[in-house]
Amino acid sequence: MTALPAGAIDCDIHPSVPSVQALMPYLEDHWREQVVMRGIDELNSISYPLNSPLTCRADWKPASGRPAADVATVAREALDPFRTSVAIANCLYGVQLLFSEDMGAAFARAVNDWMVKEWLDREPRLRASIVVPTQNVEMAVDEINRCAADKRFVQVLLLVSGDTPLGRRHHWPIYAACEKHGLAVGIHAGSSYHNPPTPVGWPSYYTEDYVGQAQAFQTQLTSLICEGVFTKFPNLKVVLLESGFTWLPAHLWRLTKYWRGLRMEIPWVDRAPGDIVRSNVRFSLQPVDGPPDQASLLKLFDHLQSDELLLFSTDYPHAQFDGMAALPDGLSAELARKIAIDNPRATYARLMETVA
Amino acid sequence: MNEIRSQATPDVQAASKVGVGDGDIHPARKGPKDFHPWLSKRWQDHLEQYGSPARQGWQVGPAYPKSQPNASRRDAYPPEGGRPGSSLEFMQSQHLDANNIELGILNPLGSGQGVQNPELSAALCHATNEWQLAEWTSKDNRLRASVVVPYEDPVASAAEIRRYAGNPAFVQVLLLSRTAEPMGSRKYWPIYKAAEEAGMPVGVHAFGYGGNPITPGGWPSYYIEEMTGHSQSQQAGLTSLVVEGVFERFPALKMVMIEAGFAWAPSLAWRLDKHWKTLRSETPHLKRLPSEYLREKVWWTTQPMEETESPARLAETIEWMGWDRLIFATDYPHWDFDDPAHVLPMKISEEQRRAFFIGNARKVYRGCAG
Repeated sequence: MTALPAGAIDCDIHPSVPSVQALMPYLEDHWREQVVMRGIDELNSISYPLNSPLTCRADWKPASGRPAADVATVAREALDPFRTSVAIANCLYGVQLLFSEDMGAAFARAVNDWMVKEWLDREPRLRASIVVPTQNVEMAVDEINRCAADKRFVQVLLLVSGDTPLGRRHHWPIYAACEKHGLAVGIHAGSSYHNPPTPVGWPSYYTEDYVGQAQAFQTQLTSLICEGVFTKFPNLKVVLLESGFTWLPAHLWRLTKYWRGLRMEIPWVDRAPGDIVRSNVRFSLQPVDGPPDQASLLKLFDHLQSDELLLFSTDYPHAQFDGMAALPDGLSAELARKIAIDNPRATYARLMETVA
Repeated sequence: MNEIRSQATPDVQAASKVGVGDGDIHPARKGPKDFHPWLSKRWQDHLEQYGSPARQGWQVGPAYPKSQPNASRRDAYPPEGGRPGSSLEFMQSQHLDANNIELGILNPLGSGQGVQNPELSAALCHATNEWQLAEWTSKDNRLRASVVVPYEDPVASAAEIRRYAGNPAFVQVLLLSRTAEPMGSRKYWPIYKAAEEAGMPVGVHAFGYGGNPITPGGWPSYYIEEMTGHSQSQQAGLTSLVVEGVFERFPALKMVMIEAGFAWAPSLAWRLDKHWKTLRSETPHLKRLPSEYLREKVWWTTQPMEETESPARLAETIEWMGWDRLIFATDYPHWDFDDPAHVLPMKISEEQRRAFFIGNARKVYRGCAG
């Protein structure tokens, strides 16, 4: 096991909304009434079935209730043991699944205000991502502008699969707002399930859905590059969260080959896809969906052609590794430090502004 | 990629002394009436009046306009006229002879697969199969046919496979990768059963219109996204085949993934293994690590070869898969043709070269041991 340097920056942890009741104080009157009157249930997406062995590691599973549902638990399980200096909270609550734009916006506001009061104000090591109603880009931008004044928000959170590919132009106001405020764009595993979760329809098993997240990330990376997002927003940092990363070299070989053959279709893409990724795109570490042997993993790191792409993450409380083995075996101390500290610092412009 | 060539690259002979197998050749019709000898009057009239729409919006042509007319090499138009791939004589001189092709697998496209009307789909697929016999395999013994099946009607597909099970001209069953449901779904199992019984591998070629958006995040804008995305569609199809337990249910089944790259295979295998270990309580029907099914039951055709920055990275990637997994293919006459003289930029052993260029194909395709 590679030793994790002290003061690591954990770029992907998942505090849970304990129940819709916890959000009630943060919902406006109208929406609070709707929740009661209509019997609106928990917004728990099928992306993480509540009791699946992946959704919560066995030793992090509470006797009752949801995992990672309060600050003390998260500090005890995710921050203290790893000597984490800062952790970025990505709240996965099914706001993006709602079909009503207004309801999506209302729940996004509630989740963000809850995040500030219940988490950021109580634990100085925490930072967070802004949850936005991706159902409506204007509303998403409004929410970014509303939250951006609080510098403890370091990123905007999108799900990898929504209604339309993330590179498409109607999403660009979100990226403009992120660039303006110095926020990264975090794209996390998960779906609004407004489209089937695979390009060939609905699978039978959760295993397929989860494994298939990597393919969803691949197509979104293609979209962001081909539509010219990074030509328009050269300073934008996009972080793929819980995406896996071992697929990246093969994907770039294929995309680059087609870019050479087909760039007449997308003339605004004036740099090779690999160069764009190395300057603008980062990946959270967990899950390390890598080869079982250390020698092959090191070859894979060579195929990545950069030691700046990976950002440390535990993906707490999801089950991605045992015990304290958050870093894969065989990394040099130098690479471990880059992944744990230097790369996150270089990626999140706001991170340093708020560190005492 | 569109340089006009009057003859094969000079060093091709040296590169392929062993003879070359080509796992992906696309024969084309000369005209819309080529299938008429095998279509009833009813379907001839139907085609005239209603066409043969698939699950996409254009009456004619692909959902995403191609980069070249007919997606073809500019130098592949037969001198006597007609579409690239429609003249056996020109295919022989430009490709089979020039590139030392000893075994060529025909994968006809635009052959009724994925057509909305299931009966029309079946009729067109059957006509395509008869046409392969009459116009291609009977005239050149280097060529072998694929049983083209109307895969959204698996019962009709199984009947079509059984019809040709005894005919040595047919060496694989052909599907397209963008099916309506994930490929491992029970719906398609009659196809795998019939293919297993016939001893034919099931080839899965890129494209097809299953009716789903071609990414889990909706429809992309560009042809380059569609082309790059074939690898994701095939990864989803393979994931489904493995997780549904198709390889447990049909232990002799072999799959050949065609024209969607291969360098993604190791990462897919690692990811499947990692998460299956966590989630295995969901799939007690799987008796082995997912990667083991991929390692033993699945082959990949090579075109379009991933091009790596250093040859060592390509070699390492192939070693992760195994040199016995790859079947060389050119995609003749399409624009992104891979030239056998140039696809392998690194030094490899004669044994690896033979396996890559023809040995693996001879083992996989029925009756092609030579």
